[in-house]
Amino acid sequence: MHELGITRNIVSIVADHANGRAVKRVALDIGKLAGLDARSISFCFDIVAQGTVLEKAVLELNEIDGLGKCRSCEIEFAMPALIMSCACGSRDVERLAGEELKIREFEYSDEASQVLTNQAAC
Amino acid sequence: MCVDCGCSDQAKATMTNIKIGSVVDLATGLATLAQGDHRHGPNDHHEHGHEHGHHHHDHGHSHDAHDHGHQHDHPHGDHNHGNIVSLQQSILAKNDSLAERNRAWLAGREVLMFNLVSSPGSGKTSLLERTIRDLGSEIGITVIEGDQATLNDGARIAAAGAPSIQVNTGTGCHLEADMIDQALRELKPRPGTVVFVENVGNLVCPSLFDLGERAKVAILSVTEGEDKPLKYPHMFKAAELVIVNKIDLLPHLDLDIDELVASARAVNPNVVIIQLSAKTGEGLAEWYDWLRQHLAEAQE
Repeated sequence: MHELGITRNIVSIVADHANGRAVKRVALDIGKLAGLDARSISFCFDIVAQGTVLEKAVLELNEIDGLGKCRSCEIEFAMPALIMSCACGSRDVERLAGEELKIREFEYSDEASQVLTNQAAC
Repeated sequence: MCVDCGCSDQAKATMTNIKIGSVVDLATGLATLAQGDHRHGPNDHHEHGHEHGHHHHDHGHSHDAHDHGHQHDHPHGDHNHGNIVSLQQSILAKNDSLAERNRAWLAGREVLMFNLVSSPGSGKTSLLERTIRDLGSEIGITVIEGDQATLNDGARIAAAGAPSIQVNTGTGCHLEADMIDQALRELKPRPGTVVFVENVGNLVCPSLFDLGERAKVAILSVTEGEDKPLKYPHMFKAAELVIVNKIDLLPHLDLDIDELVASARAVNPNVVIIQLSAKTGEGLAEWYDWLRQHLAEAQE
């Protein structure tokens, strides 16, 4: 639902850290239970990155599986869905993984971004 | 304007102090004339002419995207391998850090803030009106109202007797921490009081955006069906309290209230559930006790 805004945020955060250098790659961790559609983010990224230091960047999406831990029996188990009960019957499950919404890392090239160079020339 | 969501780039998000009538553009923090919404009801607290020249917000908090609360990585820092910068940064970090700041601000002042979330029309405003009328002399209450448009809810709260700030998001579908930050500075809640945030009616988006509240309270009307919590698990999982409102209508409905309670518990086993009617008053005592208990805890 907020994939466009989230993508804008991603571009904004990475651009801040890139300090004018062209970004080659951005790696995201998106949990499968985070409530966001990873494909929409991919789709938006190309559009949002245009005109920024990320415009040549490749987006790497790492979708993280849900992992839960039952508070009753302490067993950890895979969670394909947000609401799941443990094999023991308890629904009191702590989610250990699957809700991430993170920029793990980005890679920049040694040159300054052409975008900024062009802007500076105006 | 919400950087996190980007949904209100064109529309202007504003904040109106219902009592004084001052309007602030949330993107710039500057006072502005209210655009468009000049339909004032019988509870009109605005003076014509919109005198608000004395309410500029000069707090020094920045609205640009650079305030991450951590240092910018430079290529020769210790996060790097070659040209790779390890960020490990939450995409919602900006909102989350502002929310934490709100949280600390509130804790420092011993003010309790709740984030009321629900579908549109569940009875959030009516419940607040009733709460203010019943508890207002015992507990200081202020309200931050969130709607796309109109000052209606803010005006209702003011008429009930509590100071209110109306945030109009324009096209935005949820409130964010920076809006709450500005609203709190305008409200200036006193120690030992409660701030209710009535979020935009929406069971999807507000769950992503921490405001700095003590707890989320999800409000559900008996007219919404038994399986609402199952349909919106993210929100109902995030709530500490679920209020089932409009129980006075149960004789007219086919709703299985036990099934509704079971749905909520399936999604959130530890959630507190209170059934009440803001209209008739049934069940309100339990809600008020819940509030009192939290207020007592906040002041320890």
